[in-house]
Amino acid sequence: MTTVQMAPEAPGAPVTVAATGFRLAARRFSHNTLAVIGLAVIVVIVLFCFVGPFLYPTDQTHTQLSQANLGPSAAHWLGTDAVGHDVLGRLMYGGKVSLMVGIAAGILATVVGTLWGSVAGYVGGWVDAVMMRIVDAGIAIPALFILLVISAITTPGVGGLIVILGLVSWLVPSRLIRAETLTLKNRDYVLTLRAIGGSHARAIGKHLLPNSVSTIVVAATFQVADAILLVAYVSYLGLGVQAPATDWGGMLSAGLTAAYSGRWWLIVPPGLAVILVVCAFNAVGDGLRDAFDVRGRG
Amino acid sequence: MTDTILQTTDLGVSFSTESGTVDAVRGVSLSVAPGETLALVGESGSGKSTVALAAMGLLSGNATASGSAVVAGHEVVGATEPALRGLRGKTVSMVFQEPATALDPLTRVGEQIAEVIRNHRSVPAAAARSEAVELLGKVGIPDPSTRARAFPFELSGGQRQRVVIAMAIANNPALLIADEPTTALDVTVQAEILELLRALAVDSGTGVLLVTHNMGVVADFADRVAVMLQGEIVETGPVEDVLLRPQHEYTKRLLAAVPRLDTPESVAARDRAAAPVVQVVEETDGRLGSAPVVDLRDVSVTFGRGARAVHALSGIDIAVHAGETVGLVGESGSGKSTAARVALGLIKPTAGAVHLFGEDLRRTRGRDRRALRSGIGVVLQDPVASLDARMSVGECIAEPLAVHRRGMSTGERRKRVDGVLDAVRLPRALANRAPRELSGGQRQRVSLARALVLDPRLLVADEPTSALDVSVQEAVLEVLTELQGELGFACLFVSHDLAVVQHFAERVVVMRRGVIEEQGTTGTTLLHPTTDYTRRLLAAVPVPDPVLQRQRRAERLATLAAVES
Repeated sequence: MTTVQMAPEAPGAPVTVAATGFRLAARRFSHNTLAVIGLAVIVVIVLFCFVGPFLYPTDQTHTQLSQANLGPSAAHWLGTDAVGHDVLGRLMYGGKVSLMVGIAAGILATVVGTLWGSVAGYVGGWVDAVMMRIVDAGIAIPALFILLVISAITTPGVGGLIVILGLVSWLVPSRLIRAETLTLKNRDYVLTLRAIGGSHARAIGKHLLPNSVSTIVVAATFQVADAILLVAYVSYLGLGVQAPATDWGGMLSAGLTAAYSGRWWLIVPPGLAVILVVCAFNAVGDGLRDAFDVRGRG
Repeated sequence: MTDTILQTTDLGVSFSTESGTVDAVRGVSLSVAPGETLALVGESGSGKSTVALAAMGLLSGNATASGSAVVAGHEVVGATEPALRGLRGKTVSMVFQEPATALDPLTRVGEQIAEVIRNHRSVPAAAARSEAVELLGKVGIPDPSTRARAFPFELSGGQRQRVVIAMAIANNPALLIADEPTTALDVTVQAEILELLRALAVDSGTGVLLVTHNMGVVADFADRVAVMLQGEIVETGPVEDVLLRPQHEYTKRLLAAVPRLDTPESVAARDRAAAPVVQVVEETDGRLGSAPVVDLRDVSVTFGRGARAVHALSGIDIAVHAGETVGLVGESGSGKSTAARVALGLIKPTAGAVHLFGEDLRRTRGRDRRALRSGIGVVLQDPVASLDARMSVGECIAEPLAVHRRGMSTGERRKRVDGVLDAVRLPRALANRAPRELSGGQRQRVSLARALVLDPRLLVADEPTSALDVSVQEAVLEVLTELQGELGFACLFVSHDLAVVQHFAERVVVMRRGVIEEQGTTGTTLLHPTTDYTRRLLAAVPVPDPVLQRQRRAERLATLAAVES
């Protein structure tokens, strides 16, 4: 049969070059307006928190009671808080902590979850059963409860907070990755590799992980969003980073009493910032999921 | 137009996709008369299913239809959704390919049928229920009043398809559209379902639009045939004309590529036609004396324990010798794929021994075992899942080299990949492409190239061509045969297609429910089988010749009747 010898590209079909699906995914992502906006919001907020302080320097360590509780003005664009810190500056300062802790904890959770889930899924049998029962038990205990208990015992710094948040939120990604591993390990190409004597390390390193990348990346984005929210929770409850350091949750907590006296500038900016960042990360996660999906399984 | 129940005129369907608009169907005009069966045949992507869906008004959201499709006097193209709903299930109904997904798993089958009845006719629930039982009896389900209360998972695949058919005929439709109704079923079940559909069409005067890729099914069932190629009809005519005296070049090629099952009669006829050549029977040539390449001895495989244990294999013996091809055939659930996986070492036998290249697999460990495995090449069924989408074709093919020839330089590796690409007759430039840019046939040849890259002594192929179109299948098998002649590897070839095995394998092993029914040379076993099971399997295979097939059908029914009485 000559027709199948080398079918020429179907007319009009785009000639794709790269072996990976990333270009296709990137194109698909760029068509998703919401995801692009989300990405832009994240970039802007990161710049705001990390570059902003150089353009809009403020003193966030010394209290200046003479400057306390001022409304927005040309000198203090978003006013000052109860101890005289500039709120706009504080928003940058607190955002640094929120973002750093959130992103680091989200990534830590994804890494731990990926390792746990892929080992459980690949090994299978009783190992899988034991590992997943541990995950079930972990999910059964509310994360907030664990956080409160830990915070009651010790006062974590930034590093400690990252580790604690990371270790309470790896459970959900571990389940996702396990499910992915279960389907991938029975793919024909993995069976073929094993039949000709390929090692487990190769099966995992060359096939399972690269093919789970999309799932892992998407899971990581949602984890970061969750972690940022979680940082805000614990700080709001007064158990986050300690003064004079702060984060968006801490700012909300500090501003709570002011809400009744009409000083909206203490509540609204950090609240909006949290909402904006979490929504942005979720939109990006959605966009990534759709973008990777288009690669199909083919 | 009262004498046609389906009339399409210049029907066109186009899909809007990310990369622009694709015309799937162009200018299709066809008609079906009451009581007539029109078969729409073609290879994958020819648009045959799209025509069927357009006639039901079931096209997906990104499709636009043009032209006209009239079903029993109602125009379907451009009809509103409520109008279509009134039509579907009543005037026109459909039988899909996969009975497992066509039924709601949580509803008893009797209720599902009753629901279809009550959707279109205002009858009391009790009357609908008793009518459902009647229908189940009509489609040949034994003890219908009990079976009506069964859930789909309690029924076999064939019975499920009967239930789907009962639902389709519940309101005496004028037109029945059957889209590959038997493709997911075993041949013996396929023969029964075709028998049922034929009887129903004759009794009720229902017109049938049969969509299929299987020329044997066409010969068995259709009155007229329309052949589709790339969205257009290239040939139509009565089944005898199209299948026996095809006019269009494409139809000829398609028919030539269909593997035909040899029968004692056809072999005799061929021998008469040819000069009286001495029949070479290689029953006992030298290589059978040598140690087999792979040897399964008294192998049993049991999944699960206790009462829920499934005996996938019970005490089977299979040996494959150097240079020979052994076909492993059987229906679904016969254990043929399990046996292949035991040979590959993917499944550990519960009892018995596997010898690979003379070594007992139980006695080899770690590195030795891996080295032993380098002598195996593997081709599996699914062209999509066989290649890692994240690797280039070249990387896929080179993977066994990366496992077993670690010291090989990049240049040498590249040369080897080019070599096997040549061997499977694919252009070398393909090495830089991604698997998803390749057609199914090309992918299977890439799998074959990967299997051959280490010069294996044994090739295990599990249904390597069953997901492919016949013309592509022919090309792949041709390459495989040629390479085997050159390289001399042994081949364990698992297939459900008896005709393919007959042409491709020298010996055949017939399996049923985890045991070997019989084995022998293909020339003997598949022409003069000794067991009833093999005989029934062979009789159920439809041949793409309507005259011969009518004869075979009559014979088969006579045999079955004789067995029953």
